[in-house]
This record gives sequence, C-alpha cells and structure tokens, in this order.
Amino acid sequence: MSIFEYNGSAVVAMVGKNCFAIASDRRLGVQLQTIATDFQRVFKIHDKLYIGLSGLATDAQTLYQRLVFRHKLYQLREERDMKPQTFASLVSALLYEKRFGPYFCQPVIAGLGEDNEPFICTMDCIGAKELAKDFVVSGTASESLYGACESMYKPNMEPEELFETISQALLSSVDRDCLSGWGGYVLLVTPTEVQERVLKGRMD
Amino acid sequence: MGDSQYSFSLTTFSPSGKLVQIEHALTAVGSGQTSLGIKAANGVVIATEKKLPSILVDETSVQKIQTLTPNIGVVYSGMGPDFRVLVRKSRKQAQQYYRLYKETIPVTQLVRETAAVMQEFTQSGGVRPFGVSLLIAGYDDNGPQLYQVDPSGSYFSWKASAMGKNVSNAKTFLEKRYTEDMELDDAIHTAILTLKEGYEGQISANNIEIGIIRSDREFKVLSPSEIKDFLEEVE
Repeated sequence: MSIFEYNGSAVVAMVGKNCFAIASDRRLGVQLQTIATDFQRVFKIHDKLYIGLSGLATDAQTLYQRLVFRHKLYQLREERDMKPQTFASLVSALLYEKRFGPYFCQPVIAGLGEDNEPFICTMDCIGAKELAKDFVVSGTASESLYGACESMYKPNMEPEELFETISQALLSSVDRDCLSGWGGYVLLVTPTEVQERVLKGRMD
Repeated sequence: MGDSQYSFSLTTFSPSGKLVQIEHALTAVGSGQTSLGIKAANGVVIATEKKLPSILVDETSVQKIQTLTPNIGVVYSGMGPDFRVLVRKSRKQAQQYYRLYKETIPVTQLVRETAAVMQEFTQSGGVRPFGVSLLIAGYDDNGPQLYQVDPSGSYFSWKASAMGKNVSNAKTFLEKRYTEDMELDDAIHTAILTLKEGYEGQISANNIEIGIIRSDREFKVLSPSEIKDFLEEVE
C-alpha cells in the first residue's frame, strides 16, 4: 500500500478562454473505509489563485495552512497579491525543503496571472514543476483523468463548456477508481466572477 | 555632557533617548565624501565624488557605485569597507528572494531587508553600527525609485537627496533645481552641477562616479568617456 493511496483523491485543472476551472472529488477515506463525503481539497489563496492538493489528507491540510501563512505575510509586506507563477515557485521551494522527509501531496495550482492570463501547473511531492497549457491532473485517479482529459479537452472553451468538460472528465475518471469519488466540487474562475458547484455522481 | 557616560555600550539608551553610537555613526557619514541621487520621471541617477588619497592610486580599481541586482544600484557616503559588507549581504538577499519566488526582488523589499540588517547591528552584542548611509536607486514595476538608508536602519524615499560632507549646500541646490517632470538627462546634468558646487578642486571624468538606470531597467555605471560627454554638455 502506498502512502499516496491511503486517503484517495482526484484533482484536475483545465484552461479555457480567459478562464480556468479546478475540480476535485469529495471522498475522504482510510484505505477501504469512507470517512467523509464532503472533504475539501481545493483551497483559495486569493481571489484569482487556487490550489488543489491530492495525496495524504493531513499533509494537504498542513501544507495549505503553511502556504496561506506565507501568502498573507507576502501580501502584508509587498502590498499586493502573489502572481500564480510566483506562488508555484514558492510551493516548489517549500516542498523541496523537505526533500528527505516530504509532504505526501501533489499540488495542482491554477490562477489568473497578469492580464488575466490563465495559468495552471502541477508538481510532484518534492517540487518538480510541470507547466501545462491545457490541463493538469493528480491523485489516485490520475491515470483515468489523463485519458478522460486528453479525449474531452478542446482549447479556448467558454466558461460554460469548460465546466461541462471538466465535470464529465472528473466524474468518469473517479468512477474507475475505488478510492476517489462520492461527488465532485468544481470551481470556475473568470476575471469577473467565481462559480462554485457541487456535482452529484455515483455515490460510491 | 551626560550623554557621554552612555556611549560605551551601543545597546544602551542615553537619558536623552538617543543611542549615542548611532549619532557617532551619522557623524562618520557626514564626514565622508559627498554623494547624491535624483529621481527623474523616466529613471534615477546617483553620483559621488571619487577623491583618492594620492595620484598613485589606480582609480580604475576603485568602484564606489555598485550593482545590487541588474535593476538596482547603490552608492554610499562613509566608510568604504562597511559599504562592501552591506553590498555583499544585500546581493545575497536579492538572490535568496529570486531563488524562492523566481521573481526579481522589488526595490522596496530589498531596501527593507538591507535596513533590517543595519538595524540588527544597533541591537546586538559585540557589534557596532555600520558607518555608511546608502542611496539605493532602482527601477521596477512601481517605476523609478530612490531610497536612503541610514546607520540606524531607518529608510526614506526621496525625489532627490545628498549625503556626506557637503550635504546642506547640496540639498539646498537640489531643492532649487528639482522639478517633478525632470527627464533623466536633465537630472544627470543637475547631479554634476550639484557635485561641482561643493567640489574642492577641478572636477573631471576620473574623479567622480555616476550610475544611472533608465526605463530599460538596466543599472549601469557610466564610463569615464561617457561622464566626459555629460561634463562637456554642462560646461
């Protein structure tokens, strides 16, 4: 049994036209037993920057708290929000600090950068960044997610279509993974608004 | 007066509420060679006298204006060796910031961190304050900026400022000459004229140093031949 498969998770982010969507499943399990069906994996850093953390749930929560701490100090000192690229570099540095005793998390970072240009990236548990122009995935359902996203994704989708695509990709992928599922949570971010939606899928 | 009894330990306040060592450090700065800076609408210029103790000194080996990052430069008045230490520390801090955020450090942040270092040396055991005041000039997303940092660790943003021997005359001269919408080339001329005001002897391209940063965000120290061109325009 791998430590990354202890709790079960699925996170995905996609780029659309002047917008992005980030989604996760809602199951928290202890190996085969489901403990919660409303577990939050996608967190807000600031209005235009979100991070999804898959992997060990305790590390996801702790890492999120540390990142919010760092970002709040940054905001106070520099009197501005962090750009997504800067935040990604910070997460990477923080993860590598624990190179020989890592956080068992794979972050997915999504944000609107300068001129509201969408930015997404993922990294492994020790901070190897992977930038992408289309979509990024992580979690126990990642293999199914790769397949679903690759076939369903189109560039320059409008927000409504992006929402449909990411929801379908997420739900169909978690159905193939016993450790993730019990619904979905999708955040769609455009320069003017943020839409949160809870999906009902196969509740198993 | 009563203060001198409290001048043995820099970390002890005197009854008048001063830290006497910092006052002495400021005196050291005030007897250093004049330096000044002017913030123009499209850039910043910093300049200093470069009086060497003897004509035998190789003036090309002396560089009083240093680059901290490609878009931030610094000049000082006071003790040269203390300046070198601060430059080293500031450069390291700028690089640490870049390593963490992969973003070049904003001018205000570098000034803050340098000032924090200088303040540490006024509140630690067994050390003395730095005997320099710095003028930090930079250009970042917030435009051109000019900051002065004192031995106490306090820092101020200036439109134009001077430090060192001739400070009061230089500041009066700058107050008269400064305009809000000055272009960088005008600012360079004004800087040269201000240095000339208090210079004992003949000013030339080899005994002053000028550093500029334009909207291209590349700090550069002017070469003697470039200074010569500006000098000729001024005369």
